[in-house]
Amino acid sequence: MKTKLLPTWTEMPLGCAVSEPGTAVEYKTGDWRSNYPRTDENKCIACGVCWIYCPDNSRRAVRRQKAPEGAMYTHYFDFNFNFCKGCGVCAAECPTGAIVMLEEVKR
Amino acid sequence: MSGRITPGKPIGMEVSIAQAEVVAQCDVDCIAAYPITPQTHIVEHLAELVADGDLDAAFMPVESEHSAMSACIGMSAVGARTFTATSSQGLALMHEMLYIASGMRLPIVMSCVNRALSAPINIWGDQSDIMAERDTGWVQIFTENGQEVIDQTICAFKIAEDHRVTLPTIVNMDGFQMSHVIEPMVFYPTGKIRDFLGVYQPLQRLDPRDPKMFGPVGIPEVYTETKKAHDVALIDSQAVIEEIWEKFAREFGRSYAAVEPYRTEGADYLLVTIGGLGETASVAIDELRAAGVKVGQIRLRLWRPFPHEKIRQALAGVKGVIVFDRCLSVAGTGGPAATEIKASLYNLPQRPTVVGFIGGLGGRDVTVGDFRAMIQKGIDYIDRGAAPIYEMVGVRE
Repeated sequence: MKTKLLPTWTEMPLGCAVSEPGTAVEYKTGDWRSNYPRTDENKCIACGVCWIYCPDNSRRAVRRQKAPEGAMYTHYFDFNFNFCKGCGVCAAECPTGAIVMLEEVKR
Repeated sequence: MSGRITPGKPIGMEVSIAQAEVVAQCDVDCIAAYPITPQTHIVEHLAELVADGDLDAAFMPVESEHSAMSACIGMSAVGARTFTATSSQGLALMHEMLYIASGMRLPIVMSCVNRALSAPINIWGDQSDIMAERDTGWVQIFTENGQEVIDQTICAFKIAEDHRVTLPTIVNMDGFQMSHVIEPMVFYPTGKIRDFLGVYQPLQRLDPRDPKMFGPVGIPEVYTETKKAHDVALIDSQAVIEEIWEKFAREFGRSYAAVEPYRTEGADYLLVTIGGLGETASVAIDELRAAGVKVGQIRLRLWRPFPHEKIRQALAGVKGVIVFDRCLSVAGTGGPAATEIKASLYNLPQRPTVVGFIGGLGGRDVTVGDFRAMIQKGIDYIDRGAAPIYEMVGVRE
């Protein structure tokens, strides 16, 4: 596998500018996390509030494995752990209390 | 530019107004500024030129100097030729944004009308303001009179925008003693200035059709490399600045150098000055030369990048160097120019004694007689080998 080396000072773009859009995707912020969110699939109503509030775009809609009895939605919101920093905004904002923050070490 | 300037013959005008006129001649696109004494007349006149339709530029009045520099950063980032001016507390308020402008390599041109810093509140001239910003990574040029302000303002745009430099540039002038003085100055035809500068072609700019991000987080893995690139660019800019000054001399007939000698032939002692009081000092040099004292003068025009080699060449051979600073580094190792000159000379196998004097603070006059006395005191210290770390002059005892 080809390893991408960090640029030398002569290779640095002028003023450290980023010349292509969307490159933040390459920088995985997930390892900053000390708490992680867990979603109760049964309580999630797929309203998307967590997706709106998430500062790192780490919420994503996931198809339910098996829809529980009486579930109204085919999807619920889960996490992309490559980017979730564990800030807990989602848990604080979730209107149904479907998200709880847990310590990473006890996972 | 307005109808009040006629190129080619000397015109008596306040230096601030003259600088505003020449900025207009330089075809500036955007100006953001906040008024502060003694810089006010520059941006006031630019606002007037824009309002009267004499200058086709965006003039953005803002609520502070911090905002002025922030606005300039944004305007320069989209590729506009950008100008602002400030002084003293205003420059200090810009402090954090100055690093951002240079770190993002934006060729903003700023006039700094040098003034003391409070407290006590003092609106008059000295160099405390700019010396506090010496490490901000801008090209920094000093001037001694109105004509030099006109010439260096034109050169500043050329220097800043050169693709080998792409760094913001400050042109310094003394508050009041230059900014508010009516001097005879020669203007150049606008077309000639615009041909000299050319149309500004940014190396990169913010454009929705070609998305880029300026000013991102520089993580530890890239911050050092970015700073190294900035450092080398500023060091290497000296050769470009000298090349631009040579081109300016060919086309406009007035030449400039990073380190300018005055009556240095056979000198045993040299006085180093930085900024407008250098002209007063030159008269003292003339008088002392006439009295048989072997003293000459070195005017330090380029402050950043610091011209180490030129300073060494100019000073290495003499017995002693007297440096006059218009800025007090409180309880430090001397005035900024003296300290850096000492550092520049230190590793030479044979180096002259350096005596640092500090005066002219907060608008205090420094007369020809003061310079004469200062030089003689300095020579006495050098001859006796008794130079103090630094000494304040003109203090009532």
